[in-house]
Amino acid sequence: MVAYIVRRLLLAVLTVWAISVLSFMIIHLPPGDYVTSYIASMSASGSAVSEGEANALREQLGLDKPITVQYAKWMGLMLQGNFGMAMEWGRPVSDVIGDRLTLTMVISVAAIIFTWALALPIGIYSAVYPYSFADYVFTFVGFIGLAIPGFLLALVVMYVGFAWFGANVGGLFLPDFVEAPWSVAKVWDLTKHLPIPAVVLGVAGTAQLIRIMRSNLLDELRKPYVMTARARGLSEYRVIMRYPVRVALNPFVSTIGYLLPYVVSGSIIVSLVLSLPTVGPLLLKALIAQDMFLAGTIVLLLGVMTVIGTFISDLLLMWVDPRIRLGRQ
Amino acid sequence: MPEHAPATGTGVLAEDRIAVATQWQLMWWRFRKHKLAIGGTFVLVAFYVVALFADFFAYVDPLESEAQRSLMAPQQIHWFDEGSFRPYVYGLTGTRDHVTFKRVYVPDTSRKIPVVFFGHGEPYDLLGFIPTDRHLIAVEGAKASESLFLLGTDMQGRDLWSRLMYATRTSMTIGLVSVALSLVLGVVLGGISGYFGGVIDTVIQRIIEILRSIPTIPLWMGLAASLPADWDVVKVYFAITIIISLIGWTELARVVRGRFISLKQEDFVMAAELLGCSKARIIFRHMVPSFISHIIAATTLAIPAIIISETSLSFLGLGLRPPAISWGVLLQDAQNIQALVISPWLLYPSVAVIVAVLAFNFMGDGIRDAADPYL
Amino acid sequence: MQNDTKPLLSVRNLRTSFFQDEGTTRAVDGASFDVFPGKTLGIVGESGCGKSVTAQSILRIVDRPGRIVDGEIVLTRADGSQIDLVKLKSNSQEIRSIRGGDIGLIFQEPMTSFSPVHTIGAQLIEAVILHAAVSRKEARLRGIEALRSVGIPKPERRIDEYSFELSGGLRQRAMIAVALSCNPRLLIADEPTTALDVTTQAQILDLLREIQQERGMAIMLITHNLGVVAEMADDVVVMYLGKVVEQGTVDEIFHDPKHPYTKALLQSIPSIDSVPRVKLPTISGSIPHPFNRPQGCPFHPRCVSSIAGRCEVAEPPLQSVGQRRQASCFLYQ
Repeated sequence: MVAYIVRRLLLAVLTVWAISVLSFMIIHLPPGDYVTSYIASMSASGSAVSEGEANALREQLGLDKPITVQYAKWMGLMLQGNFGMAMEWGRPVSDVIGDRLTLTMVISVAAIIFTWALALPIGIYSAVYPYSFADYVFTFVGFIGLAIPGFLLALVVMYVGFAWFGANVGGLFLPDFVEAPWSVAKVWDLTKHLPIPAVVLGVAGTAQLIRIMRSNLLDELRKPYVMTARARGLSEYRVIMRYPVRVALNPFVSTIGYLLPYVVSGSIIVSLVLSLPTVGPLLLKALIAQDMFLAGTIVLLLGVMTVIGTFISDLLLMWVDPRIRLGRQ
Repeated sequence: MPEHAPATGTGVLAEDRIAVATQWQLMWWRFRKHKLAIGGTFVLVAFYVVALFADFFAYVDPLESEAQRSLMAPQQIHWFDEGSFRPYVYGLTGTRDHVTFKRVYVPDTSRKIPVVFFGHGEPYDLLGFIPTDRHLIAVEGAKASESLFLLGTDMQGRDLWSRLMYATRTSMTIGLVSVALSLVLGVVLGGISGYFGGVIDTVIQRIIEILRSIPTIPLWMGLAASLPADWDVVKVYFAITIIISLIGWTELARVVRGRFISLKQEDFVMAAELLGCSKARIIFRHMVPSFISHIIAATTLAIPAIIISETSLSFLGLGLRPPAISWGVLLQDAQNIQALVISPWLLYPSVAVIVAVLAFNFMGDGIRDAADPYL
Repeated sequence: MQNDTKPLLSVRNLRTSFFQDEGTTRAVDGASFDVFPGKTLGIVGESGCGKSVTAQSILRIVDRPGRIVDGEIVLTRADGSQIDLVKLKSNSQEIRSIRGGDIGLIFQEPMTSFSPVHTIGAQLIEAVILHAAVSRKEARLRGIEALRSVGIPKPERRIDEYSFELSGGLRQRAMIAVALSCNPRLLIADEPTTALDVTTQAQILDLLREIQQERGMAIMLITHNLGVVAEMADDVVVMYLGKVVEQGTVDEIFHDPKHPYTKALLQSIPSIDSVPRVKLPTISGSIPHPFNRPQGCPFHPRCVSSIAGRCEVAEPPLQSVGQRRQASCFLYQ
């Protein structure tokens, strides 16, 4: 068990490192560097930067050193919580990101809960009554859910809300709450607004999970231990729920590891369409404005949050599967 | 395998047929039973025909814009003219809108313009080298660019039907190119990982796991945004496909690796080794044929994700950029909710996306079910 | 068959078929036999002859798309009442109390017969509580006793282990413990030793015999291994393609087989007395495809004594060929 935890932890750290390298690449790929953009934004607001000042800035930020040193410096700053300046906003990145990262995770988790709540019972039903009418209906609806890109669904939802109800169903808060400090009332407002983004984000994942659950459970239902359970005199309901479902649950739990990056990913685009105050719209604006520090940092932080989530799901899997706990395969 | 079972009862011939059928014949028989998969295949064939002959299916230049024809609703084809089958559309007359003083085009019921199928229109080169001027849909006695707008027009007054045809070409082929790259990466790395095992396997496995844990869209957005703005359309197209395939290969690699690992332990592999076959021969002649069908299934199932990724990226403005045309680019216009409410036809390209993705999924599922004998 | 005692379980004309798109398979096609209290009935036959489906039919746990289409299975309960198991609804309270309560079942593959994510104890205790109104503590004690009675050492520790932590032999014993935990009067053992090595096999068979003597339990032993049958059974039923082709006491079947199939089976057993360097006799041909059953007697295409004009035309019914013998063959009619 300890070996398992250590292995997953090591992997998480490696992943974070890989993401940091990729984020760094993103920051530095476009031509020009931080100072060039700084000069550009300064001249845009009317002030000029002399060459001497520029060079001094470069030296201060270590931009004249080789790329590996720059990376090390950047990582050092990051670990201290200094994420640099957001060019366009003229404020520290951490200020600008603020609540958004938390909110991104909130809607992602909400989407996953929704996905599970729906996929689990439907998957179980489809496996116990395969090829029934309901099974075909679920499969078909599931396929459609898989085929519609998240942003499209969000668009349709917005359109329907606007055209039929004349209401703007986007956003996570009522206008009054947007800038207000956190309070119970604000949390409640958030909860009321969560269903639509959660559903839109969760639909595609639901379809996938239903298929996984259905096929895993179908495999398990054919195994002898189900028949022995029945032969002991258990009711059909308990035979299915206590045994094969419990076993099929394991691969199900392990899917969170891949569901989380998928959902976080999808939330970027969906939050753009639905105008949610999350990281998505911010990232897009940053990319279009070539504010690479902001963009790269967002990518890094998103990645880190996802890796943490995946690690938590690994721990969850360990709790659920005795075979892992006892070190057997 | 049944040997010389005496010829009693019916069904002996069926048994023999099964016994001598090749692997591909068996797969085809099973695939045939999957009605959804067959349906999906037909739809995909239709899509690729459109992609190949986009110039034929379109009737105007997709880039020709006319600001005053902006956001026109789809025209209706009237099929019967006084009892006989003679499809026509109403001509459009430019008038000045009383309220906004802008010039708008409205249907003029006095002018009936006949619609001809397989008629003459703008000249082009079919398949790039056959000069012709026939189009699927054309009009008589007028210019198509002034009279035919079957799916309406977009913000710049460009005909959406023709743009959709060209968009189909781009979106359907990006999927193929990208998946080909993923396939190569996946098969090579997955194969090495599965066949050689040991440290190489562990390293490649970890790389795959790391790649899978990274949220893809922010990464793609970042990479796509860092493409120099002065690159031309073609370069951007290829850069996007490469970026997308760089993460997509992990799924295929997993399938290939899994197959290699389970095949390594099969007796027939050991038999081949004992016969003195070289490693290459064992891999390509003995192992690969037994999972090639699974690869085809996995590849087919990987394409929808690629199509959705490209569409999403282009929708955001970070993927293909105008003047390139793809489904995602077309859907960019639908970003503005107010515009969408007034002109819902801007969403019609999404139908193409959904249908294509569904078709690929159905077909891929059918192939996978047909290939796996243990289902 | 003993005519003085009433049978514990009486199967008459059982027919169970599987209905699939490709066709209908008659897995059990008119089987009739009796199981007597305290005695062992061996059911022998090649793979696919319907032995396991028969056992599943008795407990009404035949998987979809299978269904019992005809026949009756009469069980005599402890209080003397008789009940036809075919007539019960497959998920009713009644059949569920019989499963595990009156009739226990053990399977061939002990590894996959236990849930991989529950402890042995959890499954054992569940079975006890299901059939006896006792507390969890009491059930646990009974479980530990059950494990001890099948010869598992340190049962109070083993009860909390998972099936993958036990060796093959111990797992099979644990399975027997679970099946016996509620004192059934009939134990159906479906290939209980096929997956075990020979030494463990002998131990398990000894265990079964011991338990049978202690509790006066009847055993229905399903196997394709004639050696096991010879060692354990009192009466034998030979099945082929879903039908009973011969019945009798174990001595009679082994020393005086009547049906050509039984004869051929016995001939194909290698023996220390056989002539050396001579090819082992086999049964020619192979089991027909389930959708391709031969007309007339199911065995006639492979039978060395088939009578032209009779055997391929009609099916021989199961008839008496001796004092307690039955065989379905035209040679005796």
